[in-house]
Amino acid sequence: MINIKDRNFRIGAGITLVMLLIILIGLIWTPYDPNAMNAAEKMTAPGLRHPLGTDNFGRDIFSRVVQGTGATFLIALCSVSIGLLVGLLVGGLTGYYGGWIDEVLMRLNDSITAFPSLLLALVLIAVFHTGKYNIILALGIIFIPTFARIVRMEVARQKSLDYVANAKLMGVKSMRILFVHIMPNILPVLLSTIAIGFNNAVLAEASMSYLGLGVQPPDPSLGRMLNEAQAYLSRAPWYALSVGLAIILLVLGFGLLSEGLGGESHA
Amino acid sequence: MKKRFLALVLAVLMTAALCACGGGKSPAAQPTDTPNGSAGEKALGGEITVGIAADLDTSLDPHVSSSSAGTREVLFNIYEGLLKPDTDGNLIPAIAEDYTVNETADTYTYKLRDGVRFHNGKTVTVGDVVYSLTRAAGLETGEPLVAELKGIASVEAPDDKTVVVKLKAPDAEFNAYMYAAIIPEGSDPAAEVAGTGPFRFVSRTPQDNVVLEKFADYWGEGAILDKVTLKVIPDGQTMVMSLRSGAIDMAERLSSSQIADLNELTILEGSSNIVQALYLNNDFAPFRDIRVRQALCYAIDKHAVIDLAADGHGIPVGSSMISSMGKYVVPELVDYYKPDVEKAKALLKEAGYEKLSFSITVPSSMPAHVDAAQVIVEQLRAAGIDASINLVEWATWYDETYKGRKFEATVVGMDTHSLAASGCLARFQSDSSKNFINFSNADYDETYAKALATVDEAEQTALFKQCETILTEQAANVYIQDAASFVAMQKDVGGYQFYPALYIMDLSTMYRVK
Amino acid sequence: MQYVLKKTGVLIATLLLVSLFAFLAFEIIPGDPTTMLLGSDYTPERAEALRESMGLNRNVFVRYLSWLGAFLCGDMGTSYSYAMPVHEVLRGKVGVTAVLSVMSWVLVTALSLPLGVALVRYQSKPFGKIGVSVNQILMAVPPFFLGILLTYLFGLLLKVFTPGKFIPFEQSVPRCLGYLFFPALAISIPKAAKTVKLLRSAILSEMKRDYVLTAYSHGNSRWMVIKHHVFRNALLPVVTYLAMSLADIVASSIIVEQVFVVPGLGRLLVASISNRDYPVALCIVVMIASVVVVMNYLADILTQTIDPRVRLS
Repeated sequence: MINIKDRNFRIGAGITLVMLLIILIGLIWTPYDPNAMNAAEKMTAPGLRHPLGTDNFGRDIFSRVVQGTGATFLIALCSVSIGLLVGLLVGGLTGYYGGWIDEVLMRLNDSITAFPSLLLALVLIAVFHTGKYNIILALGIIFIPTFARIVRMEVARQKSLDYVANAKLMGVKSMRILFVHIMPNILPVLLSTIAIGFNNAVLAEASMSYLGLGVQPPDPSLGRMLNEAQAYLSRAPWYALSVGLAIILLVLGFGLLSEGLGGESHA
Repeated sequence: MKKRFLALVLAVLMTAALCACGGGKSPAAQPTDTPNGSAGEKALGGEITVGIAADLDTSLDPHVSSSSAGTREVLFNIYEGLLKPDTDGNLIPAIAEDYTVNETADTYTYKLRDGVRFHNGKTVTVGDVVYSLTRAAGLETGEPLVAELKGIASVEAPDDKTVVVKLKAPDAEFNAYMYAAIIPEGSDPAAEVAGTGPFRFVSRTPQDNVVLEKFADYWGEGAILDKVTLKVIPDGQTMVMSLRSGAIDMAERLSSSQIADLNELTILEGSSNIVQALYLNNDFAPFRDIRVRQALCYAIDKHAVIDLAADGHGIPVGSSMISSMGKYVVPELVDYYKPDVEKAKALLKEAGYEKLSFSITVPSSMPAHVDAAQVIVEQLRAAGIDASINLVEWATWYDETYKGRKFEATVVGMDTHSLAASGCLARFQSDSSKNFINFSNADYDETYAKALATVDEAEQTALFKQCETILTEQAANVYIQDAASFVAMQKDVGGYQFYPALYIMDLSTMYRVK
Repeated sequence: MQYVLKKTGVLIATLLLVSLFAFLAFEIIPGDPTTMLLGSDYTPERAEALRESMGLNRNVFVRYLSWLGAFLCGDMGTSYSYAMPVHEVLRGKVGVTAVLSVMSWVLVTALSLPLGVALVRYQSKPFGKIGVSVNQILMAVPPFFLGILLTYLFGLLLKVFTPGKFIPFEQSVPRCLGYLFFPALAISIPKAAKTVKLLRSAILSEMKRDYVLTAYSHGNSRWMVIKHHVFRNALLPVVTYLAMSLADIVASSIIVEQVFVVPGLGRLLVASISNRDYPVALCIVVMIASVVVVMNYLADILTQTIDPRVRLS
């Protein structure tokens, strides 16, 4: 299913792996404590001590970018996981059993997907209020319909295949057929959707935190830092640029991955 | 009687003079050579656009005392009281031409100025003054709209030029509250914005702008500019960008980080006349324990906050008193709590809050407070306290934190309505409607009441100082600084004036350079 | 025709569901508008009186229906924060966002169609090769980051426009459009990049079809084949995508408006959400979502008109 030789896949995987590596290292070690302030070293230019200089509190920008990328990635990971798990459950059950519940849920699904995701995120933030965990929850909920729709489609397709009929004949319980037999078969198809999900989650987190509705200071996240870096665009352009680059690399990596996995490129 | 009155006048003048001395930073500290910005020639007329960080309150009623400072500083240009403050910290006659105080300081007599007009064209009469003061003092409803006026017993007009205000108890400071706006008799300021100030209100567009125009029939010198547009820019970064691009001509109360990139503009530095502090909800469970509050005082190093968040600009304060209020300031309180992380930890342990965590609500449109809060969070972390920041829009802060009192801690600045000490201190009485931190201390209430009732000035000052000391000892809040206010103006704009002690943006003296 | 009728039925159902969903979302929000409106004057009696006068004591669905009825008649309720009718608060802002969105959409179309074709035409040239990679990267740039770069470059360094100094439509149409050009550019570049990619791959896959071989055999050059035969057929998925992308564009404008200080719906929406001014927020959300639903509907109809094959599937 996965074409390892695909150029998009290779480049995407490469970028994503490098970013993941940086994030992983950042979880264990950063050159400085990303939140530690230092009055003696405010707004320094990039140099040996601070590869990307320091911000207006004397915090090490490099450490913050690494930590912020990690924070954004974690938010994306958690929200995609929520969307995927609930989507699997809802899509699996409706796809397998069909019936009027299926109809109602899919209609509901359609009406929810009618909201642009940023708009939906704003509505949900109005319900949950701002903050790191609330943004995870909000984004998670937003991803449910997409996953549910794809899972439903796949389950409905697989249901008519021989191996399911055989399992039924052997008296395997429906639940077991659904979750043990069918699910593993649809996972490869889901991979590209997951990659797009990450893509959208990174962009959504960045947008929301940029608007001040996501991660709160002093914690770094890519959107939050872009908001902060804007003030120093002329004195410290590398600040905004490095944050922007991190967002672009994450999105590019996931975008290429999803294309390589056979998905559509557009979000 | 005559002697007593003279003494009082002298006292008022001295207060004013002292205020003036302490007022703001001296021009010597200002980065530019001319105090008012550009030295160019004044042009008559013209218009400017001023950036403001928060949209005005829903209600532009000048008598609503819970109005936000940002709204009041705009209304200062639209409404006037019988008296008004000047830049030296004096009270000068405005709608009143003259006033006298009786020797027991419980009857104030004001003589109206001739030919003062409202923006709606009507001439101000004693009827308007009686109506306004009656309304503001809540004489008919029993609920004063302007809390400071609750001491008024009656307002009468013996003839068509004189208004007599009788007080329930003597109050030598009463004139300080006579900034209360005079509005047309029978009018509802929520529906009609008509004052007597140098500018009249033209229009407002929510979340976008407020337009003011010069009031041609102003009784005094009046405004120089024809039109001022106040543009709502709730984002500190966008404010800076708009200044750099020239989209706005001026913005005040900027933080030191905001002006860092504005080398092409005129920058003035003064005091913003606020007491910036980590205000604590004294009713939030952990903060009910004085040891916890004190622990926070020990954990936070205000000098480091000023250095990190404001590049060292700002005057450290130790209690709720604006630094330019001269004789009322108690300098010893500034370093009452010496930063001591170990002591903070010990106090928390004693109080049983070793794992203390709380959230600090900060209005997102105010970079000076957001920056200070970030430093505070970091300092608290060193003391093992887990504080988080919750950024909210200004209106949310105002509704929920200030009016609703639903918060744990908040970093903001508190200003004063008047040049009297009560402006800073009244809000901490247990039953004050402005006591948003839910501070409740019988000792404080008693001392404050005693101070108000005292006519002797020295004695009264001592009592007010004692109130401040109680606030500090009780660790009601973690006091930080009287924050510096940076004003950025385009090179072709001048005339900005700093006022001591008060939160004022006087647009009438502003001008375009020819 | 039956297809259109069916689609129209679905459209109305979806619109109703969308508005219900938005209404319910703002209903379940913790906190009571009365506590916010009353603030420190809060007493249970006053709150009760206010609830009564605001009609908050009625059943949720009754409230939804009465809200919907009023909304359809143009009465959008009263803003909590501004104590004025919502339509007054929105006045002037809807137009700005609409102009910005349409302008972005026109830019997306104007940029992507020639570029998409050019990338195929010069496929083997350096332009084509580099173009594809650049295009791929542009797709990943968030519009608001692009906005920050554009304000810095064109606004502060080159001073082509004055960031923050939006000129209202009534004052000067060309200058208003001139200002909106930059936010529109920020919105449209990533979107155009996606469209370019789509168009390019549509042309390339179309090129593998039989009729293309026939066209070649008639002695047409590659460019002639693209121009006269392939382009029209490859346009179908692109047109659908373009029609549907107006929705995304409206959504991106919410955030880009913040970067460029454009007084449109975006700033108002974010402020009303933070300030819990739900009548305003609800109104904006329902309006934007309706635009999206209607655009998707039109895209469906359009696709069906261009390509009858869709009807069968």
